[in-house]
Amino acid sequence: MMALSKKMFEQEPNEIETLLPWHAAGTLNARDARRVEEALARDPDLARQYGVIREEYAETIALNESLGAPSVRAMQKLFAAIDAEPAREARPSVSLSARISGFFASLSPRTLAWSASLGAVALVLQAAVIGAVLLENQSATYQTASLSTNEPITRALGAAQSPPRALVRFAPDARVSDITALLDSYQASILDGAKGGMFRLQFGNKTMTKDDIAHLMSRLQSEKIVSLAVATP
Amino acid sequence: MQVLYGRHHVRVFRFGLRLVRDEQIAEDLISEVFLDVWRQAGKFEGRSAVSTWLLAITRFKALSALRRRKDLELEDEAANAIEDSSDNPEVAVTKKDTSEALRKCLTALSQEHREIVDLVYYHEKSVEEVAEIVGIPENTVKTRLFYARKKIAELLRAAGVERGWP
Repeated sequence: MMALSKKMFEQEPNEIETLLPWHAAGTLNARDARRVEEALARDPDLARQYGVIREEYAETIALNESLGAPSVRAMQKLFAAIDAEPAREARPSVSLSARISGFFASLSPRTLAWSASLGAVALVLQAAVIGAVLLENQSATYQTASLSTNEPITRALGAAQSPPRALVRFAPDARVSDITALLDSYQASILDGAKGGMFRLQFGNKTMTKDDIAHLMSRLQSEKIVSLAVATP
Repeated sequence: MQVLYGRHHVRVFRFGLRLVRDEQIAEDLISEVFLDVWRQAGKFEGRSAVSTWLLAITRFKALSALRRRKDLELEDEAANAIEDSSDNPEVAVTKKDTSEALRKCLTALSQEHREIVDLVYYHEKSVEEVAEIVGIPENTVKTRLFYARKKIAELLRAAGVERGWP
């Protein structure tokens, strides 16, 4: 029994076996995940091993979660150190990564804190504006041209004066390559850096109707790497 | 920076704490890591996720801190302390608490094994990302985790827990 056990311990793992932990964590690519699934379906020993791995996975998470969080002292120490850093000049940014770098380099922590707060307020206001515009859009069918109070909005329902723009927050783990690909596919460009973690984007060079913009925002919002997209004037 | 800090500091702290096993040092690590990020943001090339970059810096700083304190011996001490404890894995097993025994074994792993287990299970890093953080080839990442898991099984078996693998 001992000899058998020892032999099993010394056995080299096969490739599928080594992938099981990533399968449990859900971080395998689609191809490898499919290979593992197929192997698990036909190999009971492997399935048993996978059960053991899932226990380890759950306990590792529980153990780490039990470690708590750092005290406020760590944050105070960090921002005191940053405040003591020599001021830096914001560099003209060319690439997206340079813009992200600029985000860190050009703003003080307090400015960023304010930007974040203002960004949140702006977000709420923009959501309200969008809601109002959408409601107006729905009721536009019944509008009369003589209803003067609605004139400004009625004009806005037609062709916009400039290309569509939006405030976009990307998912925390979005890679720059993914963001770049998304910008390309939407023919979008960055107008402004990450204020409060949000980028101001412009889409193409042509104007769009409100319906088209709403559709665009909906498409954008459904992108995996986009956590929030709000149209802005 | 506050947004970045708010989003990542707890995971950075926990990863650091698991490596250095000292809350005070782990808290100091956080400040050092994010200060480095502040200073070196221009070097971030965007080839990997920000969290991967942060964990790589944290690991480097944690290992430096351990070297500075000549604390590597702590590995054995910590493991012995766990084995000598009145609430060791054996006791846990007699309480039918396999889960508690498993956690103790996860704590008793070597630094190399701890970090890889945490990166894969808790920080949900892919093979490629772990390779980048730890600075080893992808195949080594896979086999190292495999042997870390065998070590867990070995520790559990020593504590009287059989789970059917290996």
